[in-house]
Amino acid sequence: MTRLLSWRDSDWILLSVLVLIATLGVVQIYSATAGTRFAGAHLRQISWVLLGLGLMIAFCFYDYHNVLNHAPWLYLLALALLIATLVVGSEVGGARRWLRLGGFSFQASEVAKLVIILLLARFFGESQIEGVSLSDFSKVVAAVGIPTALIIVQPDLGTALTFFPIAGIALFLGGLKLRYFGLLFLAGLLALPVALHFMKPYQKARIATFRNPEQDPKKSGYQILQSKIAVGSGQLWGKGTAQGTQTQLRFLPVPHTDFIFAAYAEEHGFFGVLFALLLYLIAMLRLVQNAQVAPDSAGMFLIAGVLGVFAFQILVNVGMVVGYLPVTGIPLPLMSYGGSSVVFTFVAIGLVNSVRIRRFVN
Amino acid sequence: MDFAEKETRFTANRLVFLQWAVVAVFVFLISGFWRLQILDPDYYTRLAERNHIKELPTPAPRGRILDRSGHLLVDNYPSFSIIAQWGDGKKLQEHFPGIAEGLGMETAELAQRVETARRRTPYRPIVLREKASWQDVAFIESHRSEFPELDLMTVQRRLYPPEGFAAHLLGYVGEVSENDLDLPELALLPPGDQVGKAGIERQYNDVLQGTDGARRVVVNSYGTELAVLDERPPKPGKDLRLTLDYDLQAIAEQGFQAEIGALVALDPRTGEVLALVSRPAFDPNLFTAGISNEDWSRLIHDSGIPLLDRAIQAQLAPGSIFKVLSATASLETGIADENTTFYCPGGSVFYGRYFKCWEKRGHGRVNLHQAIVHSCDVFFYNLGKNLGVERLADYSVQYGLGRKTGIDLPNEESGTVPSPEWKERLFREKWYAGETISLAIGQGALTVTPLQLAYSYGGIASGGYFARPHLVSKQNLETLGRKLPQPAEVRLALQEETVAAITDALYGVVNEGGTGGRARIPGLDVGGKTGTAQIASVEAARSAKQSGEALEDNAWFVGLAPRRNPEIVVAVLYQAGQHGSLAAPLARDVIKAYFDKKKGIQPQFAQGAKPQKQVVEPRPAAGLGG
Repeated sequence: MTRLLSWRDSDWILLSVLVLIATLGVVQIYSATAGTRFAGAHLRQISWVLLGLGLMIAFCFYDYHNVLNHAPWLYLLALALLIATLVVGSEVGGARRWLRLGGFSFQASEVAKLVIILLLARFFGESQIEGVSLSDFSKVVAAVGIPTALIIVQPDLGTALTFFPIAGIALFLGGLKLRYFGLLFLAGLLALPVALHFMKPYQKARIATFRNPEQDPKKSGYQILQSKIAVGSGQLWGKGTAQGTQTQLRFLPVPHTDFIFAAYAEEHGFFGVLFALLLYLIAMLRLVQNAQVAPDSAGMFLIAGVLGVFAFQILVNVGMVVGYLPVTGIPLPLMSYGGSSVVFTFVAIGLVNSVRIRRFVN
Repeated sequence: MDFAEKETRFTANRLVFLQWAVVAVFVFLISGFWRLQILDPDYYTRLAERNHIKELPTPAPRGRILDRSGHLLVDNYPSFSIIAQWGDGKKLQEHFPGIAEGLGMETAELAQRVETARRRTPYRPIVLREKASWQDVAFIESHRSEFPELDLMTVQRRLYPPEGFAAHLLGYVGEVSENDLDLPELALLPPGDQVGKAGIERQYNDVLQGTDGARRVVVNSYGTELAVLDERPPKPGKDLRLTLDYDLQAIAEQGFQAEIGALVALDPRTGEVLALVSRPAFDPNLFTAGISNEDWSRLIHDSGIPLLDRAIQAQLAPGSIFKVLSATASLETGIADENTTFYCPGGSVFYGRYFKCWEKRGHGRVNLHQAIVHSCDVFFYNLGKNLGVERLADYSVQYGLGRKTGIDLPNEESGTVPSPEWKERLFREKWYAGETISLAIGQGALTVTPLQLAYSYGGIASGGYFARPHLVSKQNLETLGRKLPQPAEVRLALQEETVAAITDALYGVVNEGGTGGRARIPGLDVGGKTGTAQIASVEAARSAKQSGEALEDNAWFVGLAPRRNPEIVVAVLYQAGQHGSLAAPLARDVIKAYFDKKKGIQPQFAQGAKPQKQVVEPRPAAGLGG
């Protein structure tokens, strides 16, 4: 089987588009951090990208079926890491999201995301029947619910939310009837008051601010407003690299992580935005295409899970930047500065490619 | 494990659905950028600019004020004002408690100040505190990121001479008031800008004011200034040179000591004001950074009325000083000449009422010269009776009373020359013939200002040339591009004999054992006239009676030298003065100093009495004299 595998069967369009996006990200990180205490972040980002690319190549050649076979063990490992994060994780701003391991800090939630994709791909790949039975549904909810809960209590509501599209897409492709999605939606609405009850004050504030940005101009509303000002003042052509006043003069909050796309929009304008979003769209459509040609349904579910995570992150992050959605702290894949996210992304793409190059195997 | 293929139409359809869902997400996101970057980019561009570009006014320093020989009277010194950039009003309001605490003021007081400024000049920087202390400056600098709306503005503040030196004529500056903003030339002034409120500062505000500049700077979100975008430099106001003589002014100021009164020294040849004093004075430095409520309340409740410029605003009966005008009018109309005599037995009956002379023993038979020298009342009662009130009033106005002299100072008073028509109009009462008799010796309802007396005497002694008094000379006005107000002078053709008789009599008052002997200066041709007035005016007397105030005598002296075509006329008023005898010596000192200076002798009295230059906190220096 391995003999027939060829590196040349890789999705070159997808890979080049992603490398291009990562490059835009590095340039923007450089522009947004030059002269600040984060200066040099772009160099670290480059090393993360290189590490990610290395892992991606490694995972291409590694049969994803082997990974899927280990999914239950990986799942338990991920849960252990999440619990460890809660117990011994380093506390930043009242939240424990980071786990230190041998000189490296990383977010166990990123690992958990990948593991859930694998677990669901294995689960639905094995299933021979059409449609989703109630017991299947309960298993999915339980498998996704436990890590989600562990992440919510960190607290990191934004990352926890990314588990919903993974589960949603898996159930959707698994054949869950549309009316059950309606029921799920209703259940979600009913759970909302309960969720609000457990929300931290800052989370409630973010939602309140989102609904009425002028109410709290200095805090979350300030962030949304400054982001909109940055984007709007970028106009058609942008103010030029390292020329954005909102970015350079620090009016835009965290312009190299969560709000990197606002900084990019300010400095490169509407055309720059169209270019970047087009790259993302191509990447997403390539993922759909790869899912369509997957050699087996486990591979298809794997790719669909990756697609779900990416599309959701892009939607929530960019939607926040233009003021459509509340501030959540979800990074923009491959552009936002951050090692865990970059490495996770490339490992996921490695698995996707691993599925792709095996498409002619059977 | 079996990963058998499970490809169905069903999943293929759902993947196609996902594909379109992804496209929909991107269309949704692009619509967001379309709205911000294409539909409304100017709005956000403006907001971005308002974020990082701050406009700071740079106030123009006012012109300095100098005396006639270039001696510095009013200077500037730099200080800081704390301003708040309005920007986001809500943000500023949130910061009120913190800012108020840092500046040591009440939150309510701060809110009040901001509200007033906001109503007056919306969207312009608000001055929170004039003249910031070093603690205030340190507070602003250390809280730039916390309160980025706060800023410091360098302001040039007025430095006036200490001890209220020439305070009334110099005036003072203050923040533009809401009333001022109605005036077109003040309407566009930035908030907190200083404009002249009184005296020369107000009269020549347009000369002294200058044009403010502005600086546009780039700031970051912590409020740190990063770069200057552009700068419009301020145009400083022009210096103003007065006709005032610092030395004469200093001598006059000192001469009053703690007394209440006024002094005006004019050069009647030109109308130049050489000295102009009103006492008690106030310290104009109190006004330079916004006068405190306590200081203001103290000034307006002081029984000495320090804000009143007595030299041009005190309206008092001139008493015997007026006899010179009665005499001049009589000579001019021909009802009397040098040889006209009347007998003074110490009093006389007119219209059925006895009018006494101040000299109970009587002056005997006196001619006009003797009558002026010894200030005989009876002689002038007779002149008044013969002249009649109409002519007396008419000539008095011609000689400068009852009308403004037109000096270049705001709020000059005109005094009152009573007449039957005036009395009818004001009191709806008939004129009593006896009032004419009182009027002839300067009593009754007649009121004058010290300036009017100097103006009037100067005009008569100059043969009818009444030059409009002024503090800025014609030449200086022309250099400043301004015209002399018209008329610049009034010319009356007084007969030579009249002028000779009057001026000889004035000389006699000082040099021939008359009432003004204390004004004598050996070797100088000094003339003058004393006066004592019992009541201020009809109105003043009435109001004084009502309030139960004791009415005391006002002592006058008007001196001039030389007697014909004098170079200097000095009018001195001592109010409520047991010290009336001081009036003549003070005029003498000023006249003597004038001629000493001409001879090149610096009056030692005023040596080294320059206004002290103080850098940060102007405080009155120990004293004027050296």
